[in-house]
Amino acid sequence: MTVVTPPADPNRRNPNRPNWEEPPTVAGQTGKGVVLFLVVAVVAIPLWMVLLTSLSTQSAVNEAGGMVLVPDGITFAAYEQIFTNQLVMHSLVVSLGITIVGTLISMVVTILCAYGLSRHGSFAHRPILLLLVATMFFSGGIIPTFLVVSALGGYDSYWSMILPTAVSVFNILVVRAFFSNTAQDLIDAAAIDGAGEWRTLWSVVLPTSRAVTAVVALFYAVGYWNTFFNALLFLPDNQKWPLQMVIYTYTLQGNAMPGSGQNTTGQYFGTQEITPLAIQMAVVTLTLIPILLVYPFVQRHFTKGVLLGAIKG
Amino acid sequence: MTALHEAPPALRPPDEKPVKKSRFKRDRSLLLMVIPAVLLLIVFNYVPMFGTATAFQRYSIYAGFWHSPWVGFETFRQLFSDPLFWSALGNTLMLSLVQLVFYFPIPIALALLLHSIMSTKIRTIVQSVVYLPHFFSWVLAVTIFQQMLGGAGALNQFLRQNGLGTFDAMTNPDTFALLVTSQVIWKEAGWGIIVFLAALAAIDTQLYEAAAADGAGRWRRLWHITLPGIRGVIVLMLVLRLGNVLTVGFEQMLIQRGAVGRDAAEVLDTYAYFYGVVNANFSLGAAASLFKGVLSLLFLLAANKIAHLLGEDGLYRR
Repeated sequence: MTVVTPPADPNRRNPNRPNWEEPPTVAGQTGKGVVLFLVVAVVAIPLWMVLLTSLSTQSAVNEAGGMVLVPDGITFAAYEQIFTNQLVMHSLVVSLGITIVGTLISMVVTILCAYGLSRHGSFAHRPILLLLVATMFFSGGIIPTFLVVSALGGYDSYWSMILPTAVSVFNILVVRAFFSNTAQDLIDAAAIDGAGEWRTLWSVVLPTSRAVTAVVALFYAVGYWNTFFNALLFLPDNQKWPLQMVIYTYTLQGNAMPGSGQNTTGQYFGTQEITPLAIQMAVVTLTLIPILLVYPFVQRHFTKGVLLGAIKG
Repeated sequence: MTALHEAPPALRPPDEKPVKKSRFKRDRSLLLMVIPAVLLLIVFNYVPMFGTATAFQRYSIYAGFWHSPWVGFETFRQLFSDPLFWSALGNTLMLSLVQLVFYFPIPIALALLLHSIMSTKIRTIVQSVVYLPHFFSWVLAVTIFQQMLGGAGALNQFLRQNGLGTFDAMTNPDTFALLVTSQVIWKEAGWGIIVFLAALAAIDTQLYEAAAADGAGRWRRLWHITLPGIRGVIVLMLVLRLGNVLTVGFEQMLIQRGAVGRDAAEVLDTYAYFYGVVNANFSLGAAASLFKGVLSLLFLLAANKIAHLLGEDGLYRR
């Protein structure tokens, strides 16, 4: 057996580059490299500074004059502070609760609806689909939604963080597109074996659709985790606030955070070793962590999830 | 009347009624599965849609929807005679336009650049980083901007330490449109490239090869193959953007309206919110939302029509 190797071309460093393509110019390569580096830096550097500032001592923050770019003095004091702060911890629990319960409800409703509409020629699936899609192009607006949710008793209660936004028609379309592509012979085989629709969904369709359900679950979870406006509308009491409201009030608007004896001036929070900035950035980091934790596992499925929805929807 | 989805005539048994009934019976469990989503949409989307009728009332919380007096177009007269409403409409259009000019091309350019990178490793790294801000809330994004560009932020630390004076981008109404646009770019431009990357990947490589054989250089190939190849997606994105011309990030504006001031940061949605919920003038808020909703729908249909005239599919096929 002989292995035919193509002649090595000294100008072609990358084996992926097709033969007909001219070798890259030095200027072109450098330009692309610089642009890509800048693009990544613009996203990464602020995040790095947030993280580092949350881990910095008072003197390091003073030295830097605010946000810290280069590690100087590292301390976990800010995190010790927020983990004993009743308001921050409570809002963390609220945010986690809204996210977990909300995502579960949304996923059940979305998967059921998507499956119910995925069969070609099933009874009334077209008018129902139209009913769904129409909501993407026209909505009642803020005021009527506010009035309806309030009338149903949503004011000052947690369900108003979940139910009004529980269904995303876009996500239903994404999942439905995926389900419609499930091999018909698999479904037929299940039917012949005597499986009902529920059984088919659970044991045939769902196991083959892990990618899309992962992406859609991430979309929902991020939406709930980022809940801000609904909380502003419906939760007047800071004892019920999710994390985003805490950041809005105590970091963005610069109000003094309750829960510590010595913050009458708004300058210091607890012991004087820690700046409010470090505390603020620790809370910001706290809201970033869950996203950063889940993101790598779901990221490779993005293109599939987003595109199916975009094409079929 | 026959519905569109029924079987073609040749296959349909002569008597239609029992067939329909048996199809209903056959698909009972499928219909059952659809019910929760439909119920939620009816309660939280369709009821409010009809609740928009409060725009034609003088709504009072105490009287409620059923007992508030109907006033016809009175609320709209009030709305259109409010200079703040016109200022909000003007701001909305201006911010949208600035975003259209400065934001819209960036994901396309970034996608072209990334597509031209051969190394999958570099591409994956860049993609994972630039997609990330899409998943942050506006509260988080604006907080990060404040820490970077605000009065006490990183930029001003640097300027002050080098004796260059200070510039607070977060509270300056004159540069607000640029600030808002750069925030949208930071948060969404990375995510925006996904659609274009997929369109680029779908272009037949044989076209490039043939063009190269005919002596077309990389720029000619970009112009004659790549760009026409993603034209449909660009037009679709443009149609969607134009349909949303009256929507500029609501939370983004709401969060920053206090720091920058109403004159620069009031948009239609925040106008509706502040008049409707905060000042409890529900009818005026609902009227502003209805005005926006109807106009947006018209914009979308018009943009779609233009796409059709350009020979593209737009939102749906003709």
